[in-house]
Amino acid sequence: MTAHPATPGLAARTALVRAGRIRRSRRRAIVIGILAAAVLSLVFAEIMLGKTFYPVSDVLAVLRGESVPGASFTVGTLRLPRALIGALAGLAFGAAGTTFQTMLRNPLASPDVIGISAGASAAAVVSLVVLRWSGTTTLFVALIAGVAVAAAIYLAARGGESTGGRLILIGIGIGAMLDAVVSFAIQRAAEWDVAVAMRWLTGSLNGSRWESVLPLGIAVAVLLPLLALLSRQLRALELGDAAATALGVRVDHVRVVLIIAAVALTCFATATTGPIAFVAFLAGPIVSRLAGHGSSLTVPAALMGACLVLTADLIGQFAFDTRFPVGVITGILGAPYLLYLLIRTSRRGGSS
Amino acid sequence: MSAQHLLTAEALVSGYGGRTIVDGIDLELPAGRITVIVGANACGKSTLLKTLSRLIKPTSGAIVLDGKQISELPTKQLARTLGLLPQQPIAPEGIAVADLIGRGRHPHQKLFRSWTTEDDRAVVEALEATGIADLADRSVDELSGGQRQKVWIAMALAQQTDILLLDEPTTFLDIAHQVEVLDLLTDLNRRQGTTIVIVLHDLHLAIRYADTLVAVKDGKVHAMGAPSEIVTSTLIEEVFGLRNTIITDPVSGKPMVTPLGRHHVR
Repeated sequence: MTAHPATPGLAARTALVRAGRIRRSRRRAIVIGILAAAVLSLVFAEIMLGKTFYPVSDVLAVLRGESVPGASFTVGTLRLPRALIGALAGLAFGAAGTTFQTMLRNPLASPDVIGISAGASAAAVVSLVVLRWSGTTTLFVALIAGVAVAAAIYLAARGGESTGGRLILIGIGIGAMLDAVVSFAIQRAAEWDVAVAMRWLTGSLNGSRWESVLPLGIAVAVLLPLLALLSRQLRALELGDAAATALGVRVDHVRVVLIIAAVALTCFATATTGPIAFVAFLAGPIVSRLAGHGSSLTVPAALMGACLVLTADLIGQFAFDTRFPVGVITGILGAPYLLYLLIRTSRRGGSS
Repeated sequence: MSAQHLLTAEALVSGYGGRTIVDGIDLELPAGRITVIVGANACGKSTLLKTLSRLIKPTSGAIVLDGKQISELPTKQLARTLGLLPQQPIAPEGIAVADLIGRGRHPHQKLFRSWTTEDDRAVVEALEATGIADLADRSVDELSGGQRQKVWIAMALAQQTDILLLDEPTTFLDIAHQVEVLDLLTDLNRRQGTTIVIVLHDLHLAIRYADTLVAVKDGKVHAMGAPSEIVTSTLIEEVFGLRNTIITDPVSGKPMVTPLGRHHVR
């Protein structure tokens, strides 16, 4: 027989519930730790691997600002910005994706599925290739386009009963139209622009340059903490607008801030790397299986996004005879999951 | 035991998108008692509850808590006094029971403050008050409808409000679970003096469990008072358009409505 008293005291019972909670939150902390370590390792792998292999010592020397023959150019000018942009874009896509998915309570509702990335891509390609505006202007044009698409989808989907499902279908439609704009602009682009313009079709880290690191870095440094800070409100919103209001959340305010922050992250990343397929879409669902459900996914999903982009880029660069852009690899990874979700959704007989 | 908060509606008009549903209601919800709101479909009882709990903005008039309009109170502060269990809250996929109940602590948590012993204790008390302590670590997805409704009530309890509004908390439950939920709310009222306001469809249970019954018709309060004093055959016919006979409930001694349909009448 066990020696449990028939009814343990309140303190003991509280301890039991606390132990369960701590066990679940520790799992999340471990996942965050592992993912952060993985991102760091992948950044180093990006820097070290290539036509010439540079050992960690060379990389660290370059990072310290020392001049290492060969490595200074290859690492400092080519590989480091590529690795940083990959990581930053991944963080942005991952955090934005899980924010949308949680807020709309639907795994299909990530910004790359509902056309927001497509809006940013279309604006970026038109701005760069057709209008020949500068990189900085392009960032803001992409941002405005992304916000406009989000607003258009939101307005078009309003008034229905199951807003979630309608919003996603309308978003997919708008996304398809905007993808056509991208293709059109690329067809018309001068030949020497095609290599640059192709980025907006699939998403790529090729040609990553230092001047793109700073704006994306600032966006991530400002908006990611904002999303993390609002994660408690987001978790209340997840229970439904009524329940969130009852818990003292100012639903309308919080939702607007969350949407703008997530859209801005998506647009800055898309304007820099192009729409790297399915990273926003996949990061949250993968991480919720790893970290456990019911806790905030913003930070782990951001890290997972970075892992996905960097891993896919390494695979694209080194796994095949031809070098594929990162978006091709993530596209291959993400498409089956999208199909799975669509099939599951249609089986349940609804679109929500 | 708790400080008695007073929630009132003053000349309240509200509705959706320009359509008036609640049409001029003055109502003082008795503190520390169980009030049950009944009425025919689309009479405005649910809209009334939603406006009381600030889910809908009044078109005119006001909801007043302890002399202050609720629209002027900080939302979190209000959420520490006034709780609501909406009709169909959504449980995130795969969430553990204790974690979902813990979300009821939101209005008590500061931006940067982490989880406290007080939060844990509130969760434990809510688990025990609803009799689901052994489910704490289970996933909400695995639970039956009755158990799940207890989890939602527990979440509302963890919010530790002195006033709790519930929008049809027994819909979709079988009769045994309906009684169980209403017993549980009565326990809460008796033990902690919580003011409870419930919108309920089942007239029999409404009369049984209400200290005060509010009958709503066409967006107005048609009658309000202790069930034994106000429930008459005429009242039920006026409010529900149903011919009926009133007998005495052999269990509670309160009135019990027996409908007179076109069939099976001796």
